[in-house]
Amino acid sequence: MSQVALRAASMTATSGAGVRRRSARGQRRQAPLAPADIEDMMTGMIGFRRLAALLLSVLALLIGTTACATRPQSGEPPTPVNDPASAFPARVTIPGQEPVTLPEQPKRIVSLSPTVTETLYAIGAGKQVVAVDKYSNYPERAPQTRMSGLNVSADTIAGYRPDLVVAPDSSAELAKGLRAIDISVLLVPAASGLDAAYRQIELLGRATGHHEQAKELTGRMRSEIKEIVANTPEPQSSLSYYHEVSPNFYTATSRSFVGDVYGLFGLTNIADSAGGTFPQLSEEHIIQANPDLIFLADVKGGQVTAKSVAARPGWDSLTAVREEHVFELNDDIASRWGPRVVEFVRVISDAVTRVQKN
Amino acid sequence: MRGSAPAATSSRSSRSGQSPPDRAGAVSGPTLRRTKLRTAHLLIGFAALLLISLVSVLLGAADLGWQRVLAEFGAQLTGGASPLSEREAAILWQLRVPRVVLGALVGAALAISGAAFQGVFRNPLADPYLLGAASGAGLAVTLVVMTMPQANLGASTTTQLAAFIGALGGVGLTWLVGRSAGSDTATLVLAGVAVGSFLTAGQTFAQQLRLESLQQVYMWILGRLTTTGWREVLIVLPYLVVATIVLWSCARLLDLLGTGDEEAAALGVRPGRVRILVLLAASLATAAAVSVAGLIGFVGLVVPHLVRLGVGGSFRIIVPLSLLFGASFLVGADMLARTVMAPAELPIGVITAFTGAPFFAVLLRAQRRA
Repeated sequence: MSQVALRAASMTATSGAGVRRRSARGQRRQAPLAPADIEDMMTGMIGFRRLAALLLSVLALLIGTTACATRPQSGEPPTPVNDPASAFPARVTIPGQEPVTLPEQPKRIVSLSPTVTETLYAIGAGKQVVAVDKYSNYPERAPQTRMSGLNVSADTIAGYRPDLVVAPDSSAELAKGLRAIDISVLLVPAASGLDAAYRQIELLGRATGHHEQAKELTGRMRSEIKEIVANTPEPQSSLSYYHEVSPNFYTATSRSFVGDVYGLFGLTNIADSAGGTFPQLSEEHIIQANPDLIFLADVKGGQVTAKSVAARPGWDSLTAVREEHVFELNDDIASRWGPRVVEFVRVISDAVTRVQKN
Repeated sequence: MRGSAPAATSSRSSRSGQSPPDRAGAVSGPTLRRTKLRTAHLLIGFAALLLISLVSVLLGAADLGWQRVLAEFGAQLTGGASPLSEREAAILWQLRVPRVVLGALVGAALAISGAAFQGVFRNPLADPYLLGAASGAGLAVTLVVMTMPQANLGASTTTQLAAFIGALGGVGLTWLVGRSAGSDTATLVLAGVAVGSFLTAGQTFAQQLRLESLQQVYMWILGRLTTTGWREVLIVLPYLVVATIVLWSCARLLDLLGTGDEEAAALGVRPGRVRILVLLAASLATAAAVSVAGLIGFVGLVVPHLVRLGVGGSFRIIVPLSLLFGASFLVGADMLARTVMAPAELPIGVITAFTGAPFFAVLLRAQRRA
């Protein structure tokens, strides 16, 4: 737990200052004072904001630490709710951000993240989705628009009259604008690993009134992935891999979400010595490292293929190229941390199996 | 183009009395001594390029061991057995050596066109960026990337053609705007700024329409020297040779232009024609460099400037020395880009600005004080 918890805790702690609540109306008041309730009262009092922020950051640190410490093992929901409609007002907290309170179940959701769009449909919240960004190409029935989370304005989104907007965490400016006009916003960060992805799916479930379905989904994902990994023959010696994100050798290290997935199979990432999450590798290093498997996540558009990789100068000396262990991935599936990650896991499993048969 | 001088080492003709106002006094002294001095400068420049290329070939993200690389060179020369494995040989001969050569060619092309632009506009701040050549190429390449996702940046003929047309278009537009506004060079430089901003805005607009190409274009803008073997080298080389021949042979005319258009015209030179020819050659070199390596800043501005500060204002020495030092500078910068964060890589544009700018500032300061 230590690393995850520490990271979550530090992120939560930094968010404590400057807490801004839209409304304290309609908050749940349960018998024993929950930390959240104390904080509600504190922030309600004008003049105590700083103190409240300080206290909140301490509380958030505690919550963050304990939540992250227990969740992966027990897998129990923090608030056991059977009827989704009764779960509102719902309060959701993304580590590192101020909590968001949804007074009632959102009926008009705008998603600006392809991962979120996939997740919303998979947990049964699809009917509430009124608009998605132009990169949300799955599922097909999602109401695709020309919006992009990178440059859309708050008033464009307001035109869809949403009661919840879910966007990538890079859209902080946009979120400010939306909150100013009283639209709830969830800014979701890129998941750092499978556990973070599960947490995000469950969080989206809680925010949309589909917590049970979200729990079922993550449970199913967990067991399917577990089964796939168990059925994959374990390599005798550690296999190394290179995961290509762009033709100029941008890649993902073990610290990224995809790296976490490859880690399930005990694969070694040749980029780890470069540090960071998505470094640009020197081509010399890739060739010298001679990875056992090469995964291409930049095949969209057809410019990079297993064949074109083999034709790169010097690459024909690689074992993976000679033995045809260069695998073309679906770029979308290999870059999103949504429900289709199971398919990504399956592709890696097939690749690992194939390498060992040869 | 009448009466063009054959080469830099040729002695000044009967017009030596009309020599341009050189800032560092390179034209004083007897012809013979000057020629020797130039030869010495060129030899130093050439030796520097060879040395830095050699070091650059010995070092890289893949640790081949410099002794083994030297042994490999020996083996290749004598026909002996190679000390490198097949994969190591591939790294050396298919990645590193072509990249060093490409770096030299791109650096030479950028520096030589920078020198030419500075000469044409009598403006020490002129460089391939100022006249819209680079931004024109940038816009054209962005449009290609957007409309043809299959086009592989830096490796396709389409991209190279687009960069060239864009560079010429940018300079052409600057020329038209500047001409309609006035005939002096200051007007032209201002026109270049306006056209450059306009083209850059067009590129940004295009990128906003297709954000998925953003990263690709962005990386290209930062500049990079990844090769696909010897292909890029062969693409740049002919353009560079042509541009070098034209610019070097125009060096004396550039010197004359430095005295002022009327004086040059009185000496039988047509300033307009000289400018067009030099601009064409410089744009050609810029476009060739930009099309394979993206937008690598600073080389075209700083290298010719440093050369002028060091050896004086005659283009007969500035042009060839800019070529040699531009090549050395970019080879050195790329060596850092490849090794500083190895096995990760830094964009070369970051290195050229990071190393060039402070060096430039120090030299400028020292020069002012002297």
